[in-house]
Amino acid sequence: MKDPSWGGLCLLVLLALGTPVPLRAQSPNDASFLSTLGELREATYSDKAAIVRRLSQSGHSSVRAVLTALMDDRLYFRNSDQKIFIVKAADDDPLNLIDPLSLKSAGPAAADGLTKIGTNNALRREVRETVARFALSSPDVAVRLDAVREISRLLDEANVALLRERLRVETNSSVRKEIATSLAMAELDGPDPRARLKAVDTLRQSLGQDVRNRLALLLDKNPDGGFVESDEKVRRAAAAAVATIDGWRAFYSGIQTLFFGLSLGSVLVLIAIGLAITFGVMGVINMAHGELMMLGAYTTYGVQALMPGHVGASILLAIPAAFIVAGLTGVAMERTIIQHLYGRPLETLLATFGVSLILQQSVRSIFTALNRSVVTPDWMSGSLRLNDALEITYNHLYVVIFTLIVFFLILVIFKRTRIGLEIRAVSQNRAMAKAMGIRTEWVDAMTFGLGSGIAGVAGVALSQLTNVGPNLGQSYIVDSFLVVVFGGVGNLWGSLLGGMGMGIANKLLEPYAGAVLAKIFVLVALILFIQVRPRGLFPQAGRAAEDK
Amino acid sequence: MLRPGNWIAAGDRGSAWFLGVLALVAVAVPILNLVPPPSSALHLSTYGITLIGKYLCFGMLALSLDLIWGYCGILSLGHAAFFSLGGYAMGMYLMRQIGPRGVYGDPVLPDFMVFLNWKSLPWFWYGFNHFPIALLMMGLAPGLLGLVFGWFAFRSRVTGVYFSIITQALTYALMLAFFRNDMGFGGNNGFTDFKDILGFDLHSDKTRVVLLAVTAAALAASYMACRLIVESRAGRVLRAIRDAESRTRFLGYPVESFKLWLFVFSAVIAGIAGALYVPQIGIINPSEFAPINSIEAVIWVAVGGRGTLYGAIAGAVLVNYAKTYLTGAFPEVWLYALGALFVLVTLFLPRGIIGLVTAPDKDK
Repeated sequence: MKDPSWGGLCLLVLLALGTPVPLRAQSPNDASFLSTLGELREATYSDKAAIVRRLSQSGHSSVRAVLTALMDDRLYFRNSDQKIFIVKAADDDPLNLIDPLSLKSAGPAAADGLTKIGTNNALRREVRETVARFALSSPDVAVRLDAVREISRLLDEANVALLRERLRVETNSSVRKEIATSLAMAELDGPDPRARLKAVDTLRQSLGQDVRNRLALLLDKNPDGGFVESDEKVRRAAAAAVATIDGWRAFYSGIQTLFFGLSLGSVLVLIAIGLAITFGVMGVINMAHGELMMLGAYTTYGVQALMPGHVGASILLAIPAAFIVAGLTGVAMERTIIQHLYGRPLETLLATFGVSLILQQSVRSIFTALNRSVVTPDWMSGSLRLNDALEITYNHLYVVIFTLIVFFLILVIFKRTRIGLEIRAVSQNRAMAKAMGIRTEWVDAMTFGLGSGIAGVAGVALSQLTNVGPNLGQSYIVDSFLVVVFGGVGNLWGSLLGGMGMGIANKLLEPYAGAVLAKIFVLVALILFIQVRPRGLFPQAGRAAEDK
Repeated sequence: MLRPGNWIAAGDRGSAWFLGVLALVAVAVPILNLVPPPSSALHLSTYGITLIGKYLCFGMLALSLDLIWGYCGILSLGHAAFFSLGGYAMGMYLMRQIGPRGVYGDPVLPDFMVFLNWKSLPWFWYGFNHFPIALLMMGLAPGLLGLVFGWFAFRSRVTGVYFSIITQALTYALMLAFFRNDMGFGGNNGFTDFKDILGFDLHSDKTRVVLLAVTAAALAASYMACRLIVESRAGRVLRAIRDAESRTRFLGYPVESFKLWLFVFSAVIAGIAGALYVPQIGIINPSEFAPINSIEAVIWVAVGGRGTLYGAIAGAVLVNYAKTYLTGAFPEVWLYALGALFVLVTLFLPRGIIGLVTAPDKDK
């Protein structure tokens, strides 16, 4: 499995580009910085505010870290030598010190040997603004964007002036847009109706909930009966703007729902691909399919336990490992049990159910019945914020991408490789394939191994979305069998479309019916669908299909 | 070649054995429970009665499955749905019998409705305080579901694994539905804390013994009904459908109606089994609908030996006894043992455990 790891690497690089980089100062004057910092020890609150201002003008590379620590009550000095330190977290015991100059760890220290540098609300507000101002000139776009948002919370004259100043020199378009929005929000309170109209016009292009609410506020009435906004033109423009924003927000939330549907569908597809191979191509009802997935998930847990500290790499490594573990289990199952039961699908169901019980209990004996948690790597947590109304969580995004990669890989194996050709030949006409010199027994084992391996790979993906426990496999098995049947047994494209369709239908219904009822609707719809097309979306044609 | 003489003889011998054992159980169990003092080694505890009653109910469920799977080739992976519906119908009657003795003391509303702040009984609860109506519903509810579902499925010729998978989806959907509080069936917790049935205290040994005897009688009656069906001319058509559905259709038999009515009958038996199960176990909740339960029932049939009727019942009793014994004695081992049992039976005993003691059926 080369491609998924390559994809992950690529995304790692992408993410690294977007992470904040510590500031590098022009001329660090460590000594004067330290002495100014030292003054904080005994200063009054109002003096501290002045010191903070001086610190922020010093241009030292650690200013931001120090001020943030002060704001969070994480700035301490050591009683023995009066040296100032940042601590990692105030409730650690012992405290973990960080040197304020190098920002490197300075070892642990007992909490009673240190004194906190106190702050009050006024000072903290001052520091927050200073930090924001400081961040506004950061070379990093993401830091600047955050700073604009932070400053916009309180749009007093000073902050508005600050933003205006920045707008003049700002070159990045998204930061400019963010500043323009904030300034327009401030202008809504201005005395000039024409300026307000212009502000409304600017805000119309925004998508934020806060902007929408601010505009809607203009349409409200004061207690005395008059409108909050006195000018009728502005009111009309505001009403139109609110409608526009609402429309766009609805549009984007639709896209978001669609995306969640796709991601749920991807999980189903990922599970169903393996089934489509064992059930669809070989006609084996493998009740242990869910347990093979569970093995994949536990393999992820095991790989992660073996290499602590390398979360990202362990996930990528778990993919081939899970494929091998589940695949070998599958081959073993095929050789010992299933090969004796070909042509008797219902007996296979029974035997594989027995295997699933054994696998479940083995996992319980080895790992106990408790759920194991698999750590999610950094590049998979958090979300991709496309705009104010559309946010896509990374783990769901990766599942979609991963599913597509696996799907097309399987498609390539089936259509373009020797083994794929042999698998198709055996499934279409076993006797003829054998006559052509294909080792059908070997092909059977490989096919089953492939389907099982894919189940293991699906388990890796599931370990990132749910808890890893002995019952992991059972919760998805009904759905995934349905996907295969819905798409048409033996048809990979059918499984893809079926799974995605089920996922999207489920998520589209959820806002109206609730999660459980949505699921019931989908199940009932599928039962009815099978009545109309008893062989699924893409039925197999020809006489071979009739015999199954 | 069809040689009726052979299988009727074989079936009769099996039937005689089965009915004999069942009669023995129905007579011996009450005596062992009621006559010897509790200290005696021969005394059968209330727990023992409950267990035997449970096995008999499961036997009935297995019987209903074997009727359609063993004789008509319809594999239902959702028979627990019918079983549970029957159970819920009985549960509703028992809930209404609690009356003002519930925790909240409401004379009409069951506790969970008071808890959910409901003001009046939902319409589908009307009449369940009358036993005859409840009794009717125990057969009618599963029967109707079987009729509607089967009518759709068989009419559009959904067969084989497709049918199995959608029955599984059916029971899964029902499970999700019954988990919802809004459904009016007690949500998660289902029904429990029953007090009495037809005025008899459910906790007394005498009531338990009578319930067991009724279960045994119901099992015997449904067994004989199934036996009658499979040995009639219709039974031969059913086997023909199992072995060559298209050919039977071309011969002019209305395959769909045969399948549909057999399916409905099987659903009703499963429902009655569920109805008898609930007062003995004392609880019914949505997890009874879980697809895994249906699969387990299929496995009892396969382990016992399908296509014999008594084999299915024997399988249900044996597997469940093994389950009870092993979960108690070796909780770590029982899943291994059960799993290995299924694998070994399918590999080495394709005709089930019954296949060990009876001669192979030449018709197959």
